Amino acid sequence: MTPSPRAPEPTSGLPPPASGLSPSGAPALDVDPFSTEFFEDPHRIHEALREAGPVVWLSRWSVHAVARYAEVHAVLNDPATFCSGRGVGLSDFARETPWRPKSLILEADPPEHGRTRAVLARVLSPGVMKTLRERFRVAAEALTEDLLARRSFDAVSDLAEAFPLSVFPDAVGLQREGREHLLPYAGLAFNAFGPPNELRRRALETAAPHVDWVMAQCQRQNLAPGGFGAAIHEAADRGEITHDEAPLLVRSLLTAGLDTTVNGIGAAIYCLARFPEAFARLRGKPALARAAFEEAVRFESPVQTFFRTTTRDVEIGGVTIPDGAKVLMFLGAANRDPRRWQDPARYDPERQTVGHVGFGSGIHMCVGQLLARLEGEVMLGALAARVGAIAITGPVVRRYNNTLRGLERLPVTLTPA
Amino acid sequence: MTTITFIQPDGRSRSLALADGTSLMQGATGAGLDGIVAECGGNAMCATCHVYVDEAWAGRLPPRSDEEDALLDGAAAERLPTSRLSCQITVTPDLDGLVVRLPDRQI
Repeated sequence: MTPSPRAPEPTSGLPPPASGLSPSGAPALDVDPFSTEFFEDPHRIHEALREAGPVVWLSRWSVHAVARYAEVHAVLNDPATFCSGRGVGLSDFARETPWRPKSLILEADPPEHGRTRAVLARVLSPGVMKTLRERFRVAAEALTEDLLARRSFDAVSDLAEAFPLSVFPDAVGLQREGREHLLPYAGLAFNAFGPPNELRRRALETAAPHVDWVMAQCQRQNLAPGGFGAAIHEAADRGEITHDEAPLLVRSLLTAGLDTTVNGIGAAIYCLARFPEAFARLRGKPALARAAFEEAVRFESPVQTFFRTTTRDVEIGGVTIPDGAKVLMFLGAANRDPRRWQDPARYDPERQTVGHVGFGSGIHMCVGQLLARLEGEVMLGALAARVGAIAITGPVVRRYNNTLRGLERLPVTLTPA
Repeated sequence: MTTITFIQPDGRSRSLALADGTSLMQGATGAGLDGIVAECGGNAMCATCHVYVDEAWAGRLPPRSDEEDALLDGAAAERLPTSRLSCQITVTPDLDGLVVRLPDRQI
């Protein structure tokens, strides 16, 4: 068997040198998808990755990667060959201790995964969303009125963060005290999927207070009755999961349920501000709100990348990836692959987006996708009803994260309808 | 190819020749049929590819999984005994002539 490429040691500080050669024969590229250069403009590098071949070798981090739609979709839908149990970041749990106890859903494989997944799927089911819709709609309309009164504000902190923060923690049933830990916790968890770069190091160094608060909130006594958190603990009462597992499943919700929707809503606002013609179409047809959010998830791909680990030697496009190797999936590149999408760099709220991988695909596809869509739909719907135009009125600043794509600052001015 | 007929809530009908082995949802959305949203892309998560199977056919389809059954409870339109998620129905030659009606809404 071909020797497996070794993941870099987390403590090594420096990336391995670019070799230009892949042990598997995949075309090698010396690009770093975890660099500020990439965060500022991923599209040029995405194109280079897609055009190099169906599977490429990233010499910087000694890892195979797929960036075309067909291969990303295929890897996502073959969990037996491309497993998650060895971590969905670069760190290989077979060789390194995870920085936190493993996720019972994200970092689990069948058959164990099915059990925990079923619990979260029920907690976040279409039926549950129906019960939240009215409350979320009212909150989105109230926020829109506040923002119209202010006219000029930062669309990241005052809108993309403010809206999910106004509905999600209550829906989980979190206590009010300490909610400011939520976004830093998620930010560090998503940075930790990346390689041992400065972002990851800094995230782990500053993690302790956020981790302590989040883990405490996962305990049953801190979760209000009627919320998602309590519902997870009730699943343990019914024997669907154990009482030890319940807090860790609540943690998954707190890790993946907030920052992702912040960046999804932020992506949509950034699209509608940059493309006034699209906002005009949304205003003319408010029923497009949900589709406009979905297209923003395709267009910006708030979750850019995840890794899998091979469970056997596997051939992709003539290249054999050895057993036990990490494979990086570029969701954002797949969502703009011209082999799959017509005019992919155009934001079109009326596009047929079915099949995009912004929420992943297959058994690990985002279990909170309905919640994300509900938040996005009611927020964009409220804006479309009351706002005539969204203008960018200051420097747009990107936020750097090893996994999440989003903005740090988006100064805008609203014109009332 | 297997012919399936989709009837819109307003009575318009369209027959599609679908490739065997694909799902009813994939075939319909691939042909640009209105009325099936399929937000989750066929991963049995969203209940937005809801259809009503013609009574004559209801008993001839493979039964619902527990997952599909639970999702149908959350469908936007009324759930009927003939309700199915079209992403969970695989097109096979013995479905030739199948008729399904679309609900008035999916979201």
